[in-house]
Amino acid sequence: MLTPIAILLVCQLAGETASRALGLPVPGPVLGLLLLFVVLLLRPAVARSVGPVAQRILAHLSLLFVPAGVGVMAQLDVLVRDWFALGVTLVASTVISLLVGVGTFLFVLRLSGGSR
Amino acid sequence: MTDVTEIWSYLAARPLLWLTCTVVAYLVADRISLRLNRHPVANPVLLSVLFIAPLLWLSGTPYATYFDGAQFIHFLLGPATVALAVPLHANLAKIRDSVLPLIAALFAGSLAAAGSAIVIAMAFGLPDQVIVSISPKSTTAPVALGVSEALGGSPTLTAVLVILTGITGAVVVTPLMNMLRIEDWRARGFAVGVAAHGIGTARAFQVNETAGAFAGIGLALNAVLTSILAPILVALLL
Repeated sequence: MLTPIAILLVCQLAGETASRALGLPVPGPVLGLLLLFVVLLLRPAVARSVGPVAQRILAHLSLLFVPAGVGVMAQLDVLVRDWFALGVTLVASTVISLLVGVGTFLFVLRLSGGSR
Repeated sequence: MTDVTEIWSYLAARPLLWLTCTVVAYLVADRISLRLNRHPVANPVLLSVLFIAPLLWLSGTPYATYFDGAQFIHFLLGPATVALAVPLHANLAKIRDSVLPLIAALFAGSLAAAGSAIVIAMAFGLPDQVIVSISPKSTTAPVALGVSEALGGSPTLTAVLVILTGITGAVVVTPLMNMLRIEDWRARGFAVGVAAHGIGTARAFQVNETAGAFAGIGLALNAVLTSILAPILVALLL
């Protein structure tokens, strides 16, 4: 169980280091994701070791957002002044992005004759 | 026997209490969500927050004290993001099959997320600083904070809006897609990853493994794209 955790941490560490060293706007964990993906491509055997642990962590991905979510409740006062406009903007914009994203995906899939 | 207040002041100063509280609140929330067949409104993040916030308020606990305990869970967001490479790799064949739709949907979805937020916020006559703060709301928090700060927005406001966007996307995506009779899990997952980052991705994993994998790609690619696109859109539109 320790090996997969070490692999995840090493990838994150490498990502954070690269992000800082190169002054990239992309956060370290995202670079770590890309790094692990490349490692998995080159050495598929690593997937057998990291796979189960990764799946366990991702099954409870929601838990990891709870501390930040509670932070929102602690800072709700920043929304007080414009709460209505912000609420409408946020909901409308999220729905628009979902519709445009899913619509474009399906449209281009059909154009390119991709599998259904 | 030790006084109750003495025990409280001991526990209140340690990480254990709020760490335990966070895990237990989530377990209860997850149970409820499961019992309700993963109904979108019974979102585990939302429920957990609604359980914990009143406890903090009633006990007069500042967020900083809560976070001393909760930070151990918060920290795992990094390794969990890295772990998204695993479902990505496992779905490689499906991804290869849909590279073009994926890239098109990434640009369209990301553009729509930031662009519509800026335009609607402008229509409401919100101040520039607020518009800048809302523009990167669909991407993962560290990127959004960086973008907001660089453009002169308020990182605190952005942090709040990012989380609320994630919860909104996670709650809205299932009924919206079902209403439109969209059954392609790749398209559904990818769209929610782009529009509602990690919290949307967590929802996608709840519903379908393929949707989760595609949401993970959407989240990762949009982290890169928003950091480039949001500043351009703000310059063009504002």
